[in-house]
Amino acid sequence: MPTIVVEVMPKAELLDPAGKAVAGAIHRLGENRITDVRLGKRFELHVDGEVDDALLDTARQLAADLLSNGVIEDVVSVHVADDAHASTGA
Amino acid sequence: MTVRVGVVTFPGSLDDRDAMRAVRLAGAEPVALWHGEHDLKGVDAIVLPGGFSYGDYLRAGAIAARSPIMAEVIDAANGGMPVLGICNGFQILVEAHLLPGGLIRNDHGDFIRRDQKLRVESTDSAWTNGFTAGQEIVIPLKNGEGGYIADDATLDRLEGEGLVAFRYVDVNPNGSLRDIAGLRNERGNVVGLMPHPEHAVEAGFGPDTDLAMRSGTDGLTFFTSVLKQSVLN
Repeated sequence: MPTIVVEVMPKAELLDPAGKAVAGAIHRLGENRITDVRLGKRFELHVDGEVDDALLDTARQLAADLLSNGVIEDVVSVHVADDAHASTGA
Repeated sequence: MTVRVGVVTFPGSLDDRDAMRAVRLAGAEPVALWHGEHDLKGVDAIVLPGGFSYGDYLRAGAIAARSPIMAEVIDAANGGMPVLGICNGFQILVEAHLLPGGLIRNDHGDFIRRDQKLRVESTDSAWTNGFTAGQEIVIPLKNGEGGYIADDATLDRLEGEGLVAFRYVDVNPNGSLRDIAGLRNERGNVVGLMPHPEHAVEAGFGPDTDLAMRSGTDGLTFFTSVLKQSVLN
């Protein structure tokens, strides 16, 4: 089953308290070469049938209108997953 | 004629009953509205209450903003009907593009609950016309994602057009830019804020004041304001 992957990140200029908390945990584990963490979202849209350009356009539209809020987030990627890399949940 | 104020219940709403109680204490008739219907039941004004609608999945208020009844709420708001969004309701208004900007996780990362002092910056709205400009009020604040943000151009426009309705005083509890606690729209019928006026409407159950414990009722003016507005129309 093809999967469209949408990746969303908080805007670079905004404070990301969740990412900051994760960075704090990493530092407490003693790894100080990792200086900063930003925490975003990955959506996997499972498709019944083939992914054509029209459906990719729909996915891009959904990414912009629903899956992200342009005031606080950026859509960084909308792409069809390589089956080997998509998590199937199986 | 009794003014009828609808309160929308979403899955995960917490403060819908409190909002209905506040409406009743102000002298209006509360009307329960349901997120899954397309029926405003002929109400004169609408409150979107606090809580964690749809579990705050995706983003706070994001899924609620696209629920069935919001189509009618958005139409009514654009037609001039008074709409008040409290906390999660404010997040819903922002996600529905009825107010600009966005709300993100508190800058310190913690959920916060405190009795919060606010300054009323705009009395030109359906929900604030009973205050005096510059009046300081105290109502409860309780949220995890109350940090108000917008780009500089939007912030400058909000300030320039007098659309900042409430500002935090003494303490900025969540990192909101320019201490913004609440906004109104250009027409003044839509107001959204993070703190909770519906929890400060009855002596014995509100914030402490200098006079007595839990005697604060500053929130009641939101609901009496909309009565005045609705009677005038």
